[in-house]
Amino acid sequence: MPPALSRVTKYTLYRAITLFLTVVVGVYLTIVIANMGGHIDKIRIAQIREAVGARLLVDPQVQALPASEIHKRIEQQVNLESQRLGLDKPFMLRSFNYLSDALSLSLGRAEVLTSDSGSRQVRLILVERLPATLLLFATANLLLFFVAIFVGLFLSRRYGSFLDRAVVALAPVSAAPSWFYGIFLILIFAALLKVLPFGGMVSAPPPGPALLYSLSVLKHLILPVSAILIGAIFVTIYSWRTFFLIYSAEDYVEMAKAKGLSSGTIERRYILRPTLPTIITTFSLGIIGIWTGSIILEIVFNWPGVGRLLFQAIGAFDTPVIVGAVVIYAYLLALTVFLLDIAYALVDPRVKVGGEGKP
Amino acid sequence: MTALRQGLKQLGRHPSAVVGIIIIVGLICLAIYAVTTIPYGEAIRLWRGGEGVWDESPRNALPGWVNLLPGTNLPNTLVLSTKNGVSKSVEVLPAGVKAVGVAMPFDYWYDDFPSELALFFEARFDRWKPKVSMFWLTPDRRQIPLGERSLSASERYSISLDPRLRERLRGQLPEVGLFADPTKKTIVLKGRYELVIEALVFEEASDIDAKLVVYGKVKGLAGTDDRRRDLWIALLWGTPIALAFGLLAAVGSTITTLIIAAIGVWYGRWVDAVIQRITEVNAILPGLPILILVGTFYSRSIWVMLGVIVLLGIFSLSIKVYRSIFLQVKEAPYIEAARAYGAGNLRIVFRYMVPKVVPVLVPQFVLLIPSLVFLEAALAILGLGDPVLPTWGKVLNDAFQSGALYKGYYHWVVMPSIFLIVTGLGFAMLGYTLDRIFNPRLRVE
Repeated sequence: MPPALSRVTKYTLYRAITLFLTVVVGVYLTIVIANMGGHIDKIRIAQIREAVGARLLVDPQVQALPASEIHKRIEQQVNLESQRLGLDKPFMLRSFNYLSDALSLSLGRAEVLTSDSGSRQVRLILVERLPATLLLFATANLLLFFVAIFVGLFLSRRYGSFLDRAVVALAPVSAAPSWFYGIFLILIFAALLKVLPFGGMVSAPPPGPALLYSLSVLKHLILPVSAILIGAIFVTIYSWRTFFLIYSAEDYVEMAKAKGLSSGTIERRYILRPTLPTIITTFSLGIIGIWTGSIILEIVFNWPGVGRLLFQAIGAFDTPVIVGAVVIYAYLLALTVFLLDIAYALVDPRVKVGGEGKP
Repeated sequence: MTALRQGLKQLGRHPSAVVGIIIIVGLICLAIYAVTTIPYGEAIRLWRGGEGVWDESPRNALPGWVNLLPGTNLPNTLVLSTKNGVSKSVEVLPAGVKAVGVAMPFDYWYDDFPSELALFFEARFDRWKPKVSMFWLTPDRRQIPLGERSLSASERYSISLDPRLRERLRGQLPEVGLFADPTKKTIVLKGRYELVIEALVFEEASDIDAKLVVYGKVKGLAGTDDRRRDLWIALLWGTPIALAFGLLAAVGSTITTLIIAAIGVWYGRWVDAVIQRITEVNAILPGLPILILVGTFYSRSIWVMLGVIVLLGIFSLSIKVYRSIFLQVKEAPYIEAARAYGAGNLRIVFRYMVPKVVPVLVPQFVLLIPSLVFLEAALAILGLGDPVLPTWGKVLNDAFQSGALYKGYYHWVVMPSIFLIVTGLGFAMLGYTLDRIFNPRLRVE
């Protein structure tokens, strides 16, 4: 194996393990918080009762019994079953069972909400909503990343120009989160100008042909993606332009200029290359903030993703779904950071296992 | 500390910092004004809006200042009451019966129709209910009967919702039909209107009082919501709450973060390692979902939320920044000097190390406040706003819940948004400038 690849693989493995441990801690905390009112226990008991009831009530022998006798039998079975599952044991022991359940996404059945296909499985409900969230989030963040890098580079070349000063002056705009700008975009483009939809992911009824369908999705994407961009872009451009400016004052850049290299080459090889690890770190930290903001953004735009699901679950007081959505968010956050870590390892030759060489 | 003082002096030369400071001072003044003019209990009572609190307030009214726009002359709310200025005439009839007459004349010079009409009656009697009949007189002396009714002790007659009156007005809404020019149905006939109430009371001590409310289309500085509440109450009281929330949460999390970073560096070894690992875990904990869990299962009180936010913020990523500064400070000669004169660990941490990070800390602290103010609003939009306190986020949430954007009640969304964005911009402008002054990454020759 070439040394570079082995280095990246080792680093990736190391990060995967640490991040997984982080997710475990996060999910465990979630379970402890959620169960402090005995909520998970309630879910479990209800599930057992349902299963026992379904099993006993179809039995013709049981059906013949008087109602009080049936009730007694169900109670008996429920007690047995909860003992078998260890519900009589202290919470500290049981919490680890819950942890493995949650990590494997066997999240039980929703109390109120159903998936579009009619299932009550929390896992199915979540999996159904996930693509919508990922679509919105990935589109917005890729755009944010590339636009900010190119504009940042452009401005660092024109330090002190009107455009540069305008972006610096606009940086405080990012104090407001994306959902806030979303409200204004809806107000202007949907309510007043009536050119773009208020929200949702596709027009109703959804157009049949795949091409029309994706065009409709694109049209619905414009406003939420713009909201994320407005909420984050000025401060991102501002901070990256500052990075680039610092790096373009380095001696080796002066040297390259003296050698007569083209400004494009200088930018790619002498400015962008050494700043990339820093950029990726900043980006991955920023992304965490945007993930959280996107929950509210989905609600504002009626986007059928995990965030709005969480909102609906709160409204319906559907505990399994709330816990499930929190678990999904823990996974999503860790996954984002993990992917960016791999990218980091790929671009930064100094990265070693254990992070010894980190700047 | 002299660096801090010099930095603060420089602020005056940055226009964005000056604007930021003006905004923040303005918000603080507004907060003090709110707390002193409307006491806490009164604000909560008004916002809860029980029986009778907002009887004289129109639904979904626009802010009063829209009338300053050229060509706009929307109606204000008119209230005419026999308890307040309108006179009653009493005529004694045979057999203990009295005839009480009330005439309520008022001038209507607005360009638009009122939003609603309602009559409130109060009657005092033992056994025999008073009977009233009502007439509407228009400026062109048309007389429109509003029907008759017998009164109970307290009664509300919603003229706007009277189906028989609507029929009599050929299907026009009463608040339109009663005020419309008979030839051009969509134009208001301006002039002096009069509501005449003729009542018969059947007992010696029996009497009636009446109040006519002609609900307008504008009210106050911020308009009203669909429950007639004056939004200005929530916007005004939202200011001290938002500032207190942002400030307390920022102070709480910043100070604890700072102390923990200092302790980690000072004691080193495993203490430092543990703190670092916790920070890394905390960085990818889903913060908002955890807040949502707490809000759903335990308490929606804004102060509980504040506590959880501080807890989640203790091990924030700023620890890494502070740590790198502390590591340099730790090796400085004056620390060695302090150790030589026998200073204790805590004394060194608090007296010599913590002050060194102030230049990094101050801008971060200022920038943290708006994000916390928006976080409170975000929680409110999720329906996890404080159950009793009026906040900006709760106004936004109410607006969303009742589809204000679809129905065109834009002021309901715009007014709290203006407060939020002004607060956010104020702190951010000051924060970014502080950052540029204290941490000059770009030294321009």
